[in-house]
Amino acid sequence: MSLNKSNLQAKLESGKFAVTAEAGPPRGAKPEVMRAKAKILKGCVDACNVTDNQTSVVRMCSLAACKILRDEGLDAVMQMVCRDRNRIAAQSDILGAAALGISNLLCLSGDHQIFGDHPQAKNVFDLDSIQLLKIARQMRDEAKFAGGKDVDGRPDLFLGAAANPFADPFRVQVPRLAKKVAAGAQFIQTQCVFNLDKFIEFMKGVRDRGLHEKTFILAGITPIKSLPMAEYMATKVAGMDVPAALLERIKGVEKKKQKQEGIKIAVETIHKLKEIEGVRGIHIMAIEWEEVVPEIVQQANLQPKTA
Amino acid sequence: MIVGDQKPIEEIMSYLEGYERILLAGCHGCVTVCSAGGQKEVDLLAGMIELGRRRRRQACNITKITLERQCDPEFLTDLLAKAKENDVILSMACGAGVQLVAEKAESLKVFPAINTNFIGAVQEKGLWTERCQACGDCKLSLTGGICPVTRCAKSLLNGPCGGSRNGFCEIDPATPCGWQLIIDRLEATGCMDQYEMILEPADWSKSRDGGPRKYLREDLK
Repeated sequence: MSLNKSNLQAKLESGKFAVTAEAGPPRGAKPEVMRAKAKILKGCVDACNVTDNQTSVVRMCSLAACKILRDEGLDAVMQMVCRDRNRIAAQSDILGAAALGISNLLCLSGDHQIFGDHPQAKNVFDLDSIQLLKIARQMRDEAKFAGGKDVDGRPDLFLGAAANPFADPFRVQVPRLAKKVAAGAQFIQTQCVFNLDKFIEFMKGVRDRGLHEKTFILAGITPIKSLPMAEYMATKVAGMDVPAALLERIKGVEKKKQKQEGIKIAVETIHKLKEIEGVRGIHIMAIEWEEVVPEIVQQANLQPKTA
Repeated sequence: MIVGDQKPIEEIMSYLEGYERILLAGCHGCVTVCSAGGQKEVDLLAGMIELGRRRRRQACNITKITLERQCDPEFLTDLLAKAKENDVILSMACGAGVQLVAEKAESLKVFPAINTNFIGAVQEKGLWTERCQACGDCKLSLTGGICPVTRCAKSLLNGPCGGSRNGFCEIDPATPCGWQLIIDRLEATGCMDQYEMILEPADWSKSRDGGPRKYLREDLK
């Protein structure tokens, strides 16, 4: 439906395997931080996600950080959470982003504010991620706001959502993905995959319902930086599934070489993910370790065409 | 019922600073049922205030009264009569009761002795849990009788989020995931097909967002 397709949309629709990465905005007003991340990622990813106050910690807004990436020649995916904005602000930000040429929109519920640096904050959740997807699609396809009035100049949007095959209860994760696809999700970025068996089971459910033909699924990858990081993800982060065998593997490597082992695991996982029918790309979430992305992309023989 | 709990005694004592004749008012309604502001709690709090004042060598004269309901003018007559002989009113009712008393107390100050927390139910003896946020547009028919607005920490109408772990919410390992409860109920009642129905954005104008609400029954006027 979009007239101007984003680099990411064009790449996925061409049938090629896509690569996206994630860049967290700074905790301050320094644009050079985003520019430096853009320089690292340019040429090795098809698009770069910008997180929206992830883990409820205040950072530069996703919209501004996306604009900086675009100015550096990167296609940006604006993440938008429902925690901090009502339907008025959400639609306004979508129009603003589209006006600046940012058309990839990842619709998320958002982490609860209790995890961040302002746990006393009031959360909004006027909408949830599925309702946000539907509203964004309606703005694009019907030129109508949620309230029913006309949009004067519909936004070009390539709409995405998250899926977490490792969240509970497992039995609703495929139906939940189906809801997101029905609401307008054209691409999906998944939670990081450490438990391949479970991901394979999830993807079978996805294929059984033909969802892989209705949306582009990008499997999440997070390179493990150290044993404490892996242990933290395994025990402290809900919705993360780090198998004991993986922890043992990291444990078996001397501390100095754990980073390299993390990269090796990431590359091995990517090779396996590429073999799964319905996986159309990889989404690399190297948390505050963006500089590792080019190495992973190169080692995994992912050679995307860039913007 | 409306569930509340008593404020810290230091906070209550700070309100009462400089007042000698204190009218301490409990309520036989919800706050009695949740053991926060009934006759028993009035007696206990009166004792604590007297003790606190004795320690500071300050005088106090407490008049105790527990009303049928503080949220109904019909039951305020005795309290308002006694108010004239006092310097301050300390109410152990919920926020509605405190406010109605304040509206009627003319020049007398009214302070709350409890924090009003939520509309809840008795989970087990001594444990109350929140069940309703009074959103004004009940969706329980669609969600297996479990409220997503109240029981989900993000009030997601199309949940669960990725933070559901072993049936519990990521914000607190002792809080059940509201959407796990909904899914379990939909399954138990043979209604899992309802899960894939997308719930549209709520009309929050029927909730507090639309301004203070009222309920008018012409036939009862």
